Amino acid sequence: MYQITCPHCGPRAQTEFTYERTTDSVVDPAGDAQTAMQALYTRANPMGLDDEIWRHTYGCRAWMVLTRHRVSHEIHAVKAIGPEALP
Amino acid sequence: MSGPTRVPSGEETIEFTFDGTSYHARQGDTLAAALLANGIGLVGRSFKYHRPRGIMTAGIEEPNALVTVGTGGRAEPNTRATDVFVYPGMVAKSQNRWPSLSFDVASIFGLAAPALGAGFYYKTFFGPAKHWLRYEGFIRRAAGLGNAPTEPDPDNFSQSAGFCDVLVVGAGPAGLKAALDAAEAGKRVWLVEQDAVPGGSLLRDPDPAIDPGAMVERIEALGGKVFLRTTASGYWDHNFLTLSQRLVEPGAVPPHGFAQRLWHVRAGRVVLATGLIERPVPFANNDHPGVMLSQAVRSYVRRWGVVPGKRVVIATNNDDAYLTATALVEAGAEVVALLDARASGPAAPAGVTVYHDARPASVSGRKHALRKVTAVIGGSEQSFDADLIAVSGGFVPVSHLHMQAGGKLEWNVEAQAFIPGSNPQVCETVGSALAPPPAPAVAPAGKAKKSFVDFQNDVSLADIDLAWQEGYRSVEHLKRYTTLGMATDQGKTSNMVALSRLAEKQGVTVPEAGLTTFRPPFTPVTMGLLAGAGARNAGAHVRRIPLHALHEAHDPIWQPLGYWFRPRAYPVNGETLQQAALREARTVRTAAGLSDVSTLGKFEVSGPDAAKLLELVCATTVGKLAVGRGRYTFMCREDGFVNDDGTVWRLAENRYLLTSSTGGADRMAHFMSYVRNSLRPELKCSVVNVQEYYGGIALAGPKARGILAALTGAEPPRHMGYAPGMLAGVPVHVLAASYSGERAFEIHVEASHAAAVWQAIEAATRAEGGAPYGLEAMELLRIEKGHVVVGGEVDGRSTPQDLGLGGMLNKAGGFIGAAGLTRPALSDPNRNNLVGLVSLDGPIPEGGMLIQRAGQSPQGHVTAAARRIIEGGAIALALLQGGHHRHGEELIVTSPTRGEKARVRVTSPHFYDPAGERYRD
Repeated sequence: MYQITCPHCGPRAQTEFTYERTTDSVVDPAGDAQTAMQALYTRANPMGLDDEIWRHTYGCRAWMVLTRHRVSHEIHAVKAIGPEALP
Repeated sequence: MSGPTRVPSGEETIEFTFDGTSYHARQGDTLAAALLANGIGLVGRSFKYHRPRGIMTAGIEEPNALVTVGTGGRAEPNTRATDVFVYPGMVAKSQNRWPSLSFDVASIFGLAAPALGAGFYYKTFFGPAKHWLRYEGFIRRAAGLGNAPTEPDPDNFSQSAGFCDVLVVGAGPAGLKAALDAAEAGKRVWLVEQDAVPGGSLLRDPDPAIDPGAMVERIEALGGKVFLRTTASGYWDHNFLTLSQRLVEPGAVPPHGFAQRLWHVRAGRVVLATGLIERPVPFANNDHPGVMLSQAVRSYVRRWGVVPGKRVVIATNNDDAYLTATALVEAGAEVVALLDARASGPAAPAGVTVYHDARPASVSGRKHALRKVTAVIGGSEQSFDADLIAVSGGFVPVSHLHMQAGGKLEWNVEAQAFIPGSNPQVCETVGSALAPPPAPAVAPAGKAKKSFVDFQNDVSLADIDLAWQEGYRSVEHLKRYTTLGMATDQGKTSNMVALSRLAEKQGVTVPEAGLTTFRPPFTPVTMGLLAGAGARNAGAHVRRIPLHALHEAHDPIWQPLGYWFRPRAYPVNGETLQQAALREARTVRTAAGLSDVSTLGKFEVSGPDAAKLLELVCATTVGKLAVGRGRYTFMCREDGFVNDDGTVWRLAENRYLLTSSTGGADRMAHFMSYVRNSLRPELKCSVVNVQEYYGGIALAGPKARGILAALTGAEPPRHMGYAPGMLAGVPVHVLAASYSGERAFEIHVEASHAAAVWQAIEAATRAEGGAPYGLEAMELLRIEKGHVVVGGEVDGRSTPQDLGLGGMLNKAGGFIGAAGLTRPALSDPNRNNLVGLVSLDGPIPEGGMLIQRAGQSPQGHVTAAARRIIEGGAIALALLQGGHHRHGEELIVTSPTRGEKARVRVTSPHFYDPAGERYRD
């Protein structure tokens, strides 16, 4: 079980979080069909670092992006996103 | 006399039974030690051939001596006799024998061994599948381990979370030192040990300079925690470990009700001081009682005062076994021969004859001990009269946790062993696991067929050779074909012996042959421990709708829905479910009915950008809604398929209420949060999940409007209108929405006031000849009206067009799923479309297939079947290929599983009031 450092709450157990998707599979509702299909069906899936969207669902409910290594499961960075993280 | 005995000293005060006979044990005895002390060498029968098996080890790696401990629901099958400490009144039974341990009918399988070799299941049971039905019962009775208890376990299992700076696994000399060093450096230390006492190898080879008890006291005095009878059973990501702690021995009655505790521990650093496991030696009949690992013999002598044999042969390829010779001589046993496979070795104790270049070839024996050991010494055979052989084929570092953590292994040629190497987690291995004694590879001297490698699964050298011959080259294939390394010991004593044989066959080195994957748990974990409190009906929490108690008073038929229970029907005067549902539905069609809709998903969206957010989430237009109006809406997934449906209402200029289905409410809540916070964080709006904040009551029927007007003192809003109001002295939201097809309202009220509002509406409705209705009546009403349901017609594969909702799509696009809907395949005219079916004969089987003629492939299926509420006659909703253009066609609905059939005519799905005239006042 991972230990994820929530930008708002600090280090917490993975069971408090839910995985949403990688950042490259975000579909822009304003975008064209071609780009949307690419995001939905042809993802990078690298054997290495990837950026993933997670939510601290059973905690503060905030959203964040984890830079996680897909083989070693090391989490290199956690970045807050969402309204709280807007400049 | 020969065989195992106890050195007389100390009192044997604990009484226990084994196979119904009473024996005595000493405080601190394992069951294995106590059985040996009582002269019992035969403890069980083997898995496949029912060969007599004894005690081979003195630890958790024991493959042979599996027993069932305890009675009733507390019985624990497949407990290693070497890993359970005797307590007063303990009841232990041998396994896999019938009618008794010493006379076992199925041991005749041993004679049939040539036919039961590797892969015999695959080879023998070819042929028609029905033959398997005959074999199965026989195989299940004959092959197997202990039986699972049939009664529920009366004990509780607890789960706890823990944190520490340093977690040390293993309280042997290296672990004790690591834990004490860390504690003295001011760290929070946890030390876990699977044994009941600390010391590890010191219990077998005491060192006057090290006092384990004193070290434990010092660690605890410094604030450290020491857990005995606790196994680190799993090593997961980010230094997270699971520990299984025995609070009482298997089968014992726990004084505080808890038998075991599962710890979830996050450790800053992990130190593995897990030591070594000794390798057995393959030779003919090496599975007989009286064949024991050398260090185990030493443990029984030194720790428990039990001498497993009087005349002992020792067979070794390393120096460690010489210590066993010393221990045996000290205890008064005779070491008749020390067979050393090497050309030279250390000095042996006085009176012990050492033979070099000597390997055991076979043994033979009687029930509880051996009779004869035959060895090959320098090329010629020689026999010894002996009741025990202590063997050592080298050592295997315990690297299971290291490997679960993602570690690497390094091959040590001198010791013929894999040593823990680098580890990606904050974890290091210390102690003897890093330095196994040198032990060269030795060619087996006995016949391969009776030379066992995996004692628990009856796998011999010959089985490995056979698997190789038949083309099983990979170690993973070998494992699956021969069952080597499976079951409770997971190959702790067998894997390396087997791997050496495979490497030899392949003509490669052992590391080139590869290893199977190490997976948790390290030793077996009982299911109850993993379930914890969830074992007792607490797997999922119970949520009660605000009106639960009021419904209960009517004694309805309940139906689980999402996390909740909702009334399915309210039968009166002995009605069946169907009778009650039909009466309730007719009441709605002719007078009025009220129903609990509290579980609907509900979201309040407010702020200047509220409409913008809703137009992303909903596939219909929202922005054009006037204040005080609402509309039906649906939401799509990004790939264009319908995800959920509901209604959206404009309560005020910048304030909307969105409802969605009960079952999809959690999914919708997550989705709304994703869209609002992750996808469009810049929007100025808030989304509040008010699903359980409001209780909801639907009031439907031709008399609904009059009832509501009288209760609120105001003219209710027209169809799809919204108005705030007061009812029973409580503020309510009135939404004029209809699911039933009648003029209807949803009244949403703060949950704590819902009961008062329900009671007022129920009284007024009953006074008008109405009644409460449940989910079953609601189903009859909505099918007749042709309304879709999420999980029925909305099955994750239907588009808005398939469901006849295409005309409602937001033409401007921009909603989630708009891009997905442009995929050409989604506008194929032959897709499954929603249609209605009217029966031309009997009832329509739900879930039935739609075909044109018998023998044809199905062209669709029935999603929901019902009957006309007033008129009678069977109707159904269905998804049919190209259905929008096939109204009027005659088809057959067939359900081969139910053996039912009906002729039907395809129609529009709107059977009842298609023009919506009943919504008008």
